[in-house]
Amino acid sequence: MTTAMTTASAAASAVAKRKKRTSSVVFHVLVLAIAVVILYPGLWMVMSSFKPNGDIVGNVNLWPETWTLDNYASALGGIGGVPFWSFVLNSLILAVGSVVGIVLSATVSAYAFARINFPGRGVYFAIMIGTMLLPFHVVIIPQYILFNSMGMVNTFLPLLAPKFLATEAFFVFLMVQFLRGLPRELDEAARIDGCGHWGIFRLVLLPLMRPAVITSSIFAFIWSWNDFLGPLLYLKQPDTYPLPIALRIYVDQTSVSDYGAQMAMAVLALVPVLLFFVLFQRYLVDGVATQGLKG
Amino acid sequence: MSATTTERGRQAGRGSARGKTTQSSPARGGAAKPPRSRAETRAGYAFLSPWLLGFGLLTAGPMLMSLYLAFTDYNLFRAPEFVGIDNFTALFADPRFLKSAQVTAIYVFVGVPVKLAAALAVALLLNAKHRGQGAYRSMFYAPSLIGASVSVAIVWRAMFIDDGVADRVQQFFGLPGGGWVGNPDMTMPMMILLAVWQFGAPMVIFLAGLKQIPAELHEAAAVDGAGPIRRFVSVTIPMLSPVLFFNLLLETIGAFQVFSSAFIISGGTGGPADSTLFYTFYLYIKGFTEFRMGYASAMAWVLVLVVGIITAILFRTSRAWVHYTGDVR
Repeated sequence: MTTAMTTASAAASAVAKRKKRTSSVVFHVLVLAIAVVILYPGLWMVMSSFKPNGDIVGNVNLWPETWTLDNYASALGGIGGVPFWSFVLNSLILAVGSVVGIVLSATVSAYAFARINFPGRGVYFAIMIGTMLLPFHVVIIPQYILFNSMGMVNTFLPLLAPKFLATEAFFVFLMVQFLRGLPRELDEAARIDGCGHWGIFRLVLLPLMRPAVITSSIFAFIWSWNDFLGPLLYLKQPDTYPLPIALRIYVDQTSVSDYGAQMAMAVLALVPVLLFFVLFQRYLVDGVATQGLKG
Repeated sequence: MSATTTERGRQAGRGSARGKTTQSSPARGGAAKPPRSRAETRAGYAFLSPWLLGFGLLTAGPMLMSLYLAFTDYNLFRAPEFVGIDNFTALFADPRFLKSAQVTAIYVFVGVPVKLAAALAVALLLNAKHRGQGAYRSMFYAPSLIGASVSVAIVWRAMFIDDGVADRVQQFFGLPGGGWVGNPDMTMPMMILLAVWQFGAPMVIFLAGLKQIPAELHEAAAVDGAGPIRRFVSVTIPMLSPVLFFNLLLETIGAFQVFSSAFIISGGTGGPADSTLFYTFYLYIKGFTEFRMGYASAMAWVLVLVVGIITAILFRTSRAWVHYTGDVR
């Protein structure tokens, strides 16, 4: 009787196991198929950059028949006398400047929203959320007129100043959400120890905000690095071009002919982004998941 | 720039230090609620000053200015000349404007649902507990990070050009080829594919939402005899509706503002036959290559109104279909 029962349950669990295994196989086949489609364009770009120029367009195969570094040589050759590294440097200055600006302004502003009780705070908070839904194209023309009248076209200031003034509500919101998760008792303890708001912010909460600061920094860097419209509006001299603009000029200049160099330059322009992704994917994906952030 | 920020910070510190002396004899122990005082208000404004300055100088001020410019003729070199509603009447008689509105509308109303459907489908697939789920999640998210970059636009153009990779795939399935980039009927599917390729961001948000659904709900429904489809319709969808609403709102607003991919793929023209002339692209052409800044401002305000109306409609209708339980956000 007992043996019969155990064999029966063993058989049942074997069936369940087999069922689980087939569902697992189906899962992996489906997911792998999606992965192939998702990864193909990226892999195609990277592999094409090592193919001879005439063998790129229309070549479905990823693996190059003959490997070449010529594309990278011509991509690194720069554009119209401006060396490639100048574009990289400009992109870096803009991205690092954006990170610094956003971290400084968003942490401070978020502290005001999350921790200081003052009249008008609720209204400002609602306005801040509202600006996230606003198409920012409504401000680009007046902003251009403003910065142009101050003689700031062809400088990085029009691109960096907004970051130091917390105009990307997104980051402020992310940090407010994070601060709300930190216990208020911390503030109280620090207040009893004689801290004012600046002390509470600087000594107690800011160190605890590290995860939010890291997530914001990575997004700020990548968004600035990939930004096209901003530099397109304000940077018109080749020595001020960041990578996306240089890339665009390069594509227009070489038109149809030099796909190899286009691919090589496209790859080089994405290297930092991919590096950040590989190193910090957890922060990025969890940041998106928990904040409902957009990537 | 950073110097001024720290300077502000130091002033904030001083402000609150002064505040502390006035607060130092708390008659009522305000442990639960920090006291509201003039010093508190001063500290609030000091800490909020970066955002307040940014909002005033770079958002609210410019919005008012653009509203004014929308009723003027202005080209950056002469003073604005008031023209009443001429810009708006001209807009609706401008065939390129109407075309750009049409292109954008198709992109938003077809592209967003397709992208969200893909995101939801893959999220449901990944939500089943199998090994490697986290790795796939990250992998599928990657395109969202680079999708708007110039690099990807260049790759897209190279893949969808005449005799390109997409053409080869079409021919493999016995379909007529001919390239997508140069064919006005095919550029929209190409742009939508580029958007759908970036389904990862909403997928990650869907996955987070799916994880919040208590397993008991599914179990209870299963005990009551609900099959998988019934459970999806009656449990998953209502429980997921706040996340769906959030994704729908963000993706719709984002889709209205697509610019750089279309710019790169069409070589800055919006062609062929204006089939990639998205709204913000035409706004850019009017404002920054033709310098018709009054006209472009009118366009910008039409966009604000349209996005505002759609947002309002989404919020209004959400009362009927978005199901909030307990303390979901």
